[in-house]
This record gives sequence, structure tokens and C-alpha cells, in this order.
Amino acid sequence: MALSEGRRRDADPACAEAPADGPDLSAYLTPTPSGEARLDLLVSGAHCAACIARIEGELADTPGVASARLNLSTGRLAVGLRPGGDPRRILGVLERIGYPAAPYDPDSAREAQDREGRELAMALAVAGFGAGNAMIFSVPVWAGLFGQELGPATRTFMQWASAGVGAPCAVFAGMVFFRSAWTSLRGGRANMDVPISIGVLLTLAVSFQETLLRGRDTYFDAAVTLLFLLLIGRWLDHALRRRARSAAADLLALQAPSAAILAEDGTERRAPLRLVRPGHRLRVRPGERIPVDGVVETGESELDNAILTGETAPEPVAPGAACRAGALNLTGLLTLRAEAAPEDSTLARIARLVESGAQSRSTYVQLADRAAAIYVPVVHTAAALTFIVAWMLGLPVREAVLRAATVLIVTCPCALGLAVPAVQVAAASRLFRRGVLVKSGAGLERLAEADHVAFDKTGVLTEGRPRLLNADPVDLARAAPLARASSHPLARALAEAAGEGPTAAEAVEVAGQGVEAWTATGVMRLGRAAFVGAPLSGDQTELWFRDDRGALFRFAFADALRPAAAGIVEAMDRRGLSVSILSGDVEGPTRRAAERLGATDWRSGLTPQGKVEALDALKASGRRVLMVGDGLNDVAALSHAHAAMAPGTALDASQSAADLVYPADRPDRIAEAIDVARAARRRAMENFAFAALYNLVAGPAAMLGLVNPFVAALAMSGSSLVVTLNALRLLNGGGK
Amino acid sequence: MNIVVILAPLSLALALIGLAAFWWTLRSGQYEDPQGDASRILVEDPDDRPL
Repeated sequence: MALSEGRRRDADPACAEAPADGPDLSAYLTPTPSGEARLDLLVSGAHCAACIARIEGELADTPGVASARLNLSTGRLAVGLRPGGDPRRILGVLERIGYPAAPYDPDSAREAQDREGRELAMALAVAGFGAGNAMIFSVPVWAGLFGQELGPATRTFMQWASAGVGAPCAVFAGMVFFRSAWTSLRGGRANMDVPISIGVLLTLAVSFQETLLRGRDTYFDAAVTLLFLLLIGRWLDHALRRRARSAAADLLALQAPSAAILAEDGTERRAPLRLVRPGHRLRVRPGERIPVDGVVETGESELDNAILTGETAPEPVAPGAACRAGALNLTGLLTLRAEAAPEDSTLARIARLVESGAQSRSTYVQLADRAAAIYVPVVHTAAALTFIVAWMLGLPVREAVLRAATVLIVTCPCALGLAVPAVQVAAASRLFRRGVLVKSGAGLERLAEADHVAFDKTGVLTEGRPRLLNADPVDLARAAPLARASSHPLARALAEAAGEGPTAAEAVEVAGQGVEAWTATGVMRLGRAAFVGAPLSGDQTELWFRDDRGALFRFAFADALRPAAAGIVEAMDRRGLSVSILSGDVEGPTRRAAERLGATDWRSGLTPQGKVEALDALKASGRRVLMVGDGLNDVAALSHAHAAMAPGTALDASQSAADLVYPADRPDRIAEAIDVARAARRRAMENFAFAALYNLVAGPAAMLGLVNPFVAALAMSGSSLVVTLNALRLLNGGGK
Repeated sequence: MNIVVILAPLSLALALIGLAAFWWTLRSGQYEDPQGDASRILVEDPDDRPL
């Protein structure tokens, strides 16, 4: 284990990280009462115990740091700074040990503390406590209902004890529902919490009255049990949603990359991206992304546009060439002149498209809310009618109110409240075992409704990196030593195909051209056609090799299809989903991929905006589209689609725009996820049907006064149990 | 029946202890970082203070 490495020290940290450059971070500091300042950071790449030891150990040795604590579950690092401690130094330390970090906005940090989850957990615990203990006192009363010996004095004692435990717990645990019901009523609507709140409060009031008047029927335990069961559903739902929200918040927090700005005198300084203005000269090293749209001033290199457009072939650039924000600089050092401010650059335009997509999707109404819209008026009318009819038939007001309250509590949506969350959690955990992460329950519902799939090509159907096509082993072995000396993706693919072997020690990389090596017998070159002196040919991605005797060899590359993608079109077809491929890549590779997969509907050369338009056209023709994509060029389309999935290798931005994330090498899991989502929908529908049936029996029984507290408790927990068990069938593959 | 007067408060008291314990675990942030807590046991110099 590499735990001891956590204490490794390259140099005296005080000298290594002079707080030279970097943005001013004082806005991110939160003062604490003890005179220190707290800095919240989002750290990427920390996954294990060794990471904790390394990060916390290094920071503890950094001057000015009072404390450092990493939360591995959320990736957030809380650093306590002594007065005068420099936050920039902390970022420097983290950068050096390989965990790039970004400051977290103090406001969103407070939000991420999950107050709501804590409140729900506490309410759940109190309701559980109340339900169990109120029932201890209710059981003797129930026994008295069935002719067991129970004097009126003992019964009243038991009822008071039940009230003493049940009522405070019900009020505490019910606050969640009361608040939500109040907000919705003030907004002029009635959500599911309105009948719950009215039911619970009315039940408590009636039960107190019955106890005072030495009546027989009290429902303290039923009120708390009802809240307990509902809170389980609420908590499950919250747990699912929290995961999705934290992913989105992380993305926002991380949108603060920096750029290296060159001053007139040639000195370089790092500045936050938002300070970059058109006309600034920027330096971009190999391996870095282009910060803003610009034109190359000096230097030659090749750019990887894959995440921006889906094109797999690297694009050579020379002085005068335009390059777009987000492209990855592969080989040479470039100096750019910024053409656009960051907020006008390609990346920002994509971010705006994402925003509009998120808005359009927020109008989706979830199953449970649709059920509530039908349920609420029906139940309230029934309860009101019960009161009016019972009163008109000559029953005392006290009896009529008791019956109306019984109707409310018996028909109270325990089963409805659990019907959907239990199913969604069961479905999510089944998919989780198959490597598919469900980010929101609503996403699962939308996935079940999809009737068309739009695939991105690069990285989804294909591996997203070049593979050698033609390979004569002898030629390959001759070119391989040069290829191993280069970090270019094509050369790496060639080296990978050749396997282990020697590296040309004297090889020199010529930026944007290729690699060359001088040997005793002549020069060997591996690179672009012009560099090697070969004729340009075809539409394929290629690499040329000239050996020391001047003989030329051509190596062609293509982005290989993922093996698991082979039957995907057929699999979708069987499930009644039509397929189209929307690619940003050029025509040739897209056509070849579509032909091999058997997809007839494909489009190539699409911009991010083009993908959104293609989806909108499908939407206009009444289709509900599932979009599967991984690149930055897909993010907008992902957020505009009815449902969205992204592979695990996708960018954070794509993953946070998607509803589900699946293992990248198993596109066939998409079909499985659709199956589970559809099974979940069926289970939820069955649960609704059961809840409706139950209410059809229990409701009239309560209206006629046939329900006593024991029957109510039994019916309520029984229906919740049935609904939950039905949901659990999903876990073991039931529902195929 | 008099035994109820003793047993009922006793059972309540026991349950309240459980509730208080849960409240304490919640307030001291023991559910904030389940992954981290599981990993920290492997760290040589464990800092196992709750947050």
C-alpha cells in the first residue's frame, strides 16, 4: 500500500509554493469565530484512504494551515487557515501532489450541507420512536375492542399515555408536511401534503376530544405511523435527488479554469478565465485546453476537437488558424490571440444551451404528482360528504367529525407516498449493481417513456480513440520504436498495436508534424504525409512512416466500434425504439459506423446547436427522445432530450446533464436500463392500482363507520407493506 | 396492573435513550462522509475526530 507516500516531501513546501500568481481567493474565505478562516474546496481525483492521507498530510505540513479535512463522499475539502495564511498556496500544494482543486462558493457550500436531509432523518427517527411507543399503549385498547377485560379507567390511562407519546412526535415529524402544505396552499394549489396535514391534525384533534370525553376510538398511533411510513418514502426520494444535485453543484463550482496570459514584455501570468479579453495573447502548452476562441499567432500543433465536435481525427493548426475554446492542444506550444471574451466563446454558448434545456425539462410532471392531482380532490370531497351526510342522517356532530377524520386517515396516501420512491430506489439499486448510476427518479420515469434513441457516435458507439486498421507486422515493428517516443494519439495507437518493444532513444518530436530520428544509415520519420514526403490520400486518418532507406509505409486508423455496441440497433428495435445517430464527426467515419451497426438514420457534421435542432424536430413529430452522448458537443442535446444517458468516461458536464450514467464499455447496458425503467414504471402503476383498490374498499367502510382504530392501523401498514414488497420484486429481476 | 405504571415509563425511557443517541450521531456529523469514514480506518495516523 502506498500509504507511507502520504508523507513524501519533494522539497520544503514553504519554498516550493511561493504564492506567486493565481486569482485572488479572499472572496472564498469564510471567517470562523475562532479567528481562523475556512476555505471550501472541491477536489478531483480523491478516491481512497491513501488520497486522504496524502492530501491531509501535505496540507498539515503547509504553513498557515490550521486544519484540513477531506470528505471522501462528496469530494469536498474543508481547510482552516490561520490569519495570514494564503489560500493560493493551498491550491498550489494540491496541484503539485496531483489533486487539482477549485474553490467552492461559500453560499453553495452551506447549501450542500444537506440541512433538509438531516431534518428528514431526525423526523423519521422521531416518527419511528413515536409509532412504536404509542402502539405499546394502543395494543391494550385494541384488545379491549375485542371483548378482552379492560376497565374504562385503564383504557383512559392507556389513551392518555398513547397521546403523550404520539401527539408530540406527530407534531414534530409532521412539520415537514405542514410547512410544504402551507407553502402550496398559499400558492393556490393543493399538493399531496395538504390531505396528509389535514388528516393528521384532524385525527389528533378528534382523538384528544375522544380521550377527554372518555370515548373509545383514538388514533394517536395511526397518525404517527402514517407519518413514519410517509417519511420513509420522502427520505428515499431525497437520497436519490441529493446525488443528482451535488453533481450539478460540483460542475458549477468547477467552472473556474485559468489561462496563461502573456504580457508585452514576454512574461507570463496565470489569471482566472473571466479576466481574459479579446486581444490578449495566451500561451497554451501541450496537454492543456484552449481557454477561449482565438487565432494561432506562433507555434504549430495538432488539436483534439473530440469533445467539442466529435471529430476523431486531430486537426493540424499553424499560425493564422482559428481554434475553439475547449479543444485539447496535443503536441506543440501555441501562442494565441484571444478573439472572444470567455462569455462569448464556444464553451459559454454551449453552457447557455444547457441552461435553456434544463428549463424546458423542469416542466415535466412526475408520476406521483400526477397521481396526487387526481387523489387530493377525490379524498377531500369524500371526507366532506361523509361529514355532511352523517350529520344530516342525525348522528351527533362529534360522531360525524370522527367519521370524516377516519375517512381521511384510512385513505391517507401511505401507499401512494411509498408507491413511487420505493420502486425507484429498488430500480436504482438493481441498476447500480450493473454499473448504471441513476441520478434522479424523474429521469427513470422519463427513460421508460422514450420511444426513440439518438446516439452520439464518438465515445458512445465507438471507443473515441483511433485504432490501427491495416497492420503488416514487419512494417509495424519497424515504425514502432519511433511511435513509442511520441505522445500523439495516433502514434500511441500504433505503439499499442505493436506491443512491448524498444523506444527510439534519439527521437525528436517536431511539433504539429511528427517524430524523426537520425540513425547511422539515415533519417527515419513518422508523421503527417507532408512531413514524410508522401502523397496525401483518402479521407481516412493516417500516419506515414519513412524508414532510413526512404521506403514509405502508410498506416490507416479508424475509431473502432465498441464490441458491446454490435447488436444495439436491433436491441432497441426489439424494444420498440427507433434509432438515429447524430454525430459531429465528418461523413466518412459516421457512415461506416452506421452501416456496420445497421442504422439507416444518421447525420454527420452536426454542431451542438445542430444536434439540439435535430432533437427539436423529433420532438415536434411527437417522439420522446433518449439522447446518449458523452462530449461537450452533446451536453446541450442531453439537456434538451426527454431523457439522457452518458457513459462513465464522459465529461463531468455531460454526466451532470444526463439522468443515468452507464459503464462506457457496455453500451448494451442502455437497453437493460430501459428494461428496468419500464419494469419500474409497471411496478409503480401496479402500486397505484393497488392503492386505488384499497381506497375503494377502505374509504366506503370508513364512511359507514365500520372502521375502528385497530382496523385502520392494520389496513394502513398492510397496504404500505404490499406496495413496498411489490417494489422489492424489481431487485431480483422480477418484471421482465 | 400496577406493574404497568413502572414498565411503561421504563420502556419509554429506554426508547428515549435510543432516540437521543440517534440525535447525537446526526448532530455530530457521522452521516456526512460514510465513504471517508470507511477509508480512514486504513490511514496510519488516523484523525478520527468527528467533524
